[in-house]
Amino acid sequence: MIRKILLSAAAAATLTLGAGAQNIAITNAKVWTGTDAGTLENANIYISNGEISGLGVNFAPPSGTELIDAEGNWVTPGIFSPFSRTGIVEVGAEDSTNDTNAAGSPFSVALRAADGFNPAATPVDVTRIEGVTRIAVAPSTGGSMIAGQGFLADTSGDADSISDDRAFVFIDLGEGGAGLAGGSRSAAWAALRGAFADARGYPARFMAHNEGDTLTRADAQAFGRAVRGQQLILISAHRASDLRLVMDLKQENPNLNLAIVGADEGWIVADELAAANIPVIVDPFQNLPASFSQLGATSKNAERLIAAGVPTAFSYLGDNGHQARLVLQSAGNAAANGVGFDDAMAAMTTVPAAIFGVDNSGTIARGSTADLVIWDGDPLEITSAPVAVFIDGEVQSLESRQTKLRDRYLELDESEKPLAYKN
Amino acid sequence: MMKKLFFVLGSAALALAGCGGGGGGETAGNGDKFEIDRNPFPSTYSPYPSTATLLKDATVFDGIGGQIDAGDVLLVDGKISQIAEEIEAPDGATVINASGKWVTPGIIDNHSHLGVYPSPSVSAHGDGNEISAPVTAEVWAEHGIWPQDPGFPRALAGGVTSMQILPGSANLFGGRGVTLKNVPARTVQGMKFPDAPYTLKMACGENPKRVYGYGGGRFPGGAPYSRMGNVAGYRMAWAKAVEYKRKWDKYADEGGDPPARDLELDTLMGVLNGEILVHMHCYRADEMAQIMDLSEEFGYKVTSFHHAVESYKIADKLADYGACSAMWADWWGFKMEAYDGVRENIPMVHKAGACAIVHSDSDIGIQRLNQEASKALADGRRAGIEISNADAWLWLSANPAKSLGVFDQTGSLEAGKDADVVLWSGDPFSVYSQAEKVFVDGALMYDRGNPALTPVMDFELGQPGEGDLK
Repeated sequence: MIRKILLSAAAAATLTLGAGAQNIAITNAKVWTGTDAGTLENANIYISNGEISGLGVNFAPPSGTELIDAEGNWVTPGIFSPFSRTGIVEVGAEDSTNDTNAAGSPFSVALRAADGFNPAATPVDVTRIEGVTRIAVAPSTGGSMIAGQGFLADTSGDADSISDDRAFVFIDLGEGGAGLAGGSRSAAWAALRGAFADARGYPARFMAHNEGDTLTRADAQAFGRAVRGQQLILISAHRASDLRLVMDLKQENPNLNLAIVGADEGWIVADELAAANIPVIVDPFQNLPASFSQLGATSKNAERLIAAGVPTAFSYLGDNGHQARLVLQSAGNAAANGVGFDDAMAAMTTVPAAIFGVDNSGTIARGSTADLVIWDGDPLEITSAPVAVFIDGEVQSLESRQTKLRDRYLELDESEKPLAYKN
Repeated sequence: MMKKLFFVLGSAALALAGCGGGGGGETAGNGDKFEIDRNPFPSTYSPYPSTATLLKDATVFDGIGGQIDAGDVLLVDGKISQIAEEIEAPDGATVINASGKWVTPGIIDNHSHLGVYPSPSVSAHGDGNEISAPVTAEVWAEHGIWPQDPGFPRALAGGVTSMQILPGSANLFGGRGVTLKNVPARTVQGMKFPDAPYTLKMACGENPKRVYGYGGGRFPGGAPYSRMGNVAGYRMAWAKAVEYKRKWDKYADEGGDPPARDLELDTLMGVLNGEILVHMHCYRADEMAQIMDLSEEFGYKVTSFHHAVESYKIADKLADYGACSAMWADWWGFKMEAYDGVRENIPMVHKAGACAIVHSDSDIGIQRLNQEASKALADGRRAGIEISNADAWLWLSANPAKSLGVFDQTGSLEAGKDADVVLWSGDPFSVYSQAEKVFVDGALMYDRGNPALTPVMDFELGQPGEGDLK
C-alpha cells in the first residue's frame, strides 16, 4: 500500500510513514490537553518511544528532533470512539462480511468480537482519517441479549492493533434484550440473574450438568471476570425505569463495573446516575421518541447529564459499523445544544478512556500514549479535518479506499484510457 | 399474502361497489366525456396569519447563488416582498435585528419518510412500503402519513419548510410521493403543498430483488430475482402504461366508452403525460445509466435519482441527461451498492454541472441538512473543488424545489415567492449554528426557546419530556 501524508510543506518534508515510532516534536500548537492544564497556546509537544515525553509552552525538544510546525492549529488527543462495530463488518447487508452478531450460535458471553476484527477492513481507514485513533468495538445481539465481549483497538490498521481483546461484556437490557430473552423485561432480568449465578457458581454448578440456568459452560467461564467486577459490563438501555434497574443492580452488587450505552432518558435520572457513579455513552443526535423506551429523548440529554456530574461519553449510534467517525459531528451538536467545549472534547477522549480503564490515553500529558491529531480548524466544527494523525507516536496515512475512489473520478476524462487505469 | 377488508356496515360495501369501474370522485367534464380526477385528495392548507416582517442586517443567501452581507429581507402577506441591502420597514412591520445572523430560504428535503415511518417506530406505524407486489404504482404515500409524527416539528426546528414524503424502496414502482408544507395539521390534506405535482417513487438495485426474489424465505420468491428482472419489470409496466395512455388518448379524441380505470396505470400514464415526476432510488452509476436509456425508450424523464451514491462516477452523463442527484454527505457501506460512497459526491456532481441535492432519508438527518451540506462542501474544497457557500445553498432549497416542481413557488428568496425563510443564529455551515426562527408562508411557525411557538404533537402530550426542548 502506498501511503501518503499531506501536511504543510515544512512538515511533510520531515515525516515518514511506517518508519516506526519516531522522535518528533510538534511546535506552535494550540493544545487541548484533556488535563488540568487546559488548553495551551503556542505549545510544543515532544514525542519519543510512542509516548509524549515533553509538553509545554517553553519546552524545547532535544536538538536533532524532527519538527512539525502546527502553525497555531489545534492539536488534540486522538479521538476515542466508545461504541461501534468498526472493523467487524465490511458491508452491512452482506452476512458473509458481517461478524457483528451470531444469531445461530449457542454462545453468548463467550463470543469475542475481537475474533471478527479485521484491521484491514475499509471502515478502519475511513474512521482513522477523520481523527479517531481508538475504538471500543461491541458485538451486536444475535441469539442472546448478552451479545458477547467487546474489544479495544487502535485504528492504525496494523496487525497488532487490538490492545484488549476482552475489554467488556455487552448486554442489551432494553426492548431488544427483552425480546431476545423471551418477550419481556422480566424475562431479561431473570436471565441476567441466572447468568450471574451461573458465572459465580462456575465451575461447581457445572459438575453435574453441562448447562447453567442461563449460560453454557463456556459462557459461564467467560462471564467470571465481569461478575466479580474485574471486567466492565456495558448495558444498553434507554427508559428511565430501565436505568433505575441498572442502578439497583449496582447497589446490590457494588463491586460491579457498569456503564450504560444509549440512556436517552438518562437526564430524568441524572442525579441518581451521578450518585451511583455509573458512566453513560449517549448519542447527542437522539431527540426523537424512536420507541416507547425513548419518549423523553432530547438534545439536552448530554448537557443535563454532564451538569449532574455523570461521566458522559459520546457516540453515533446510527450506522456504527461504518460511521463511528460521526462522533465528532455528534459532539459538535452537543456543544451547540449547551455542552461546553471542554466537556464535548472530554466525551470523546478522557471519558471513554476512563470508562474502559485505559490509562495514559485520551490526554496530552507527559507519559501519555502519543495518539494525536493536528486539525485544520476547531475539532468540533464540521468543516474541520485532520492534517496529521499519530497513533503510538507513528504518523498515520490519511488515505482510504474512499479517497482513492475520489481521486480516480475527480476528472472524468477517458479520452486516453479508461479510468480503471488511473491509480 | 392475506388481505382483508373491514366495513362497518354492509351498506358501505354496497355503496363502494356501486361506483364500479368509474371510481369515486371522478368529475364529468369536457362535454360528456369522463375525465380522471387528478386531485381527489386536495390540499386544504392555507398560510397562517402573518405580519409584515423585516429581517435586518443579516448575511443573506438568496438561494440562487447570491449573497448579500448585512442585507435585509422583507416578508409581506406571506410572500417575499423584497431582498436588498437596505429596506425601509413598512408601517406596522415587525423588525428583527438579524445582525450577525444568516437568512436563507427554508430547507427542502426531497427524500423523507416522516409520517409513513414515524416515531415511535412501532410495527403498527410501518406504512411506507406496500410490499404486496413489485409494482404498486397505485398506492399513494399520503394515505400512509400519520400527521402526528413528532419528526415533523423536529425537522421544522432544523429549518425544513417543505419536504417530499416518499414510499419506501421495496418495490420497482413504490407508489406516489407527496410534497408537504412543514406545518402541523390534523390531516394530511392540511399539510399538502398546494398545486405541487405528484411524484412517482421507483427503485433500482438490491432492494426490489431482495424483497421479491428472496421474499419470505422462499427460493425463488418471485420476480424480480435479479437486476435483469428489475429492468424487465420496469419495461413491462411501462409497456402497459403506453397502451393504457393510447386508449385514454383515443377516448379523448374519439369518444365512445371510457377505458376501464386502472389506478396503477393512472399513475404511470401521469408520468408519460409529464404530470407526475419520477424520483428513483438508485445507488450505482451503471444502473443509473441503464435507467436513463430506459426512460428514453418509453418517453419519460427521471427528475431525480435518490441516494445516488455513485453519481460522482457519471456526473457528466447526469448533467447531459438533466437529472438531479439527491445525496447524503457521507453514508456508505451498509450494503453492497453503497460500498463506493465518497465524501465528495455532492461537490463532484455540482462541479460537473449536474443538479445536486442534499437529502436525508432519515428523521435524524433531516434535522441538520445544513450540516450535511457543510461537510460535503468542506470535503470538496479539500479536494480542490471550489464552491461558494451561497452556491452550496442550491443543494438545500432551489434544487430540491426544482426536483419537486415547486420552484416557481418556493426554494429561493425572490420577490413574489412563498416566504419560506429561516433565520439562523449564525453561519448555517457551522455546527454551532441553529435555526432560530422558521417562517412558512410568512408566518412564524417556530421560534427556538419559545414554548408558544414550538409545536407539540398529540403523541407527545402526557409523555415524559412533553414540551421539553428537543
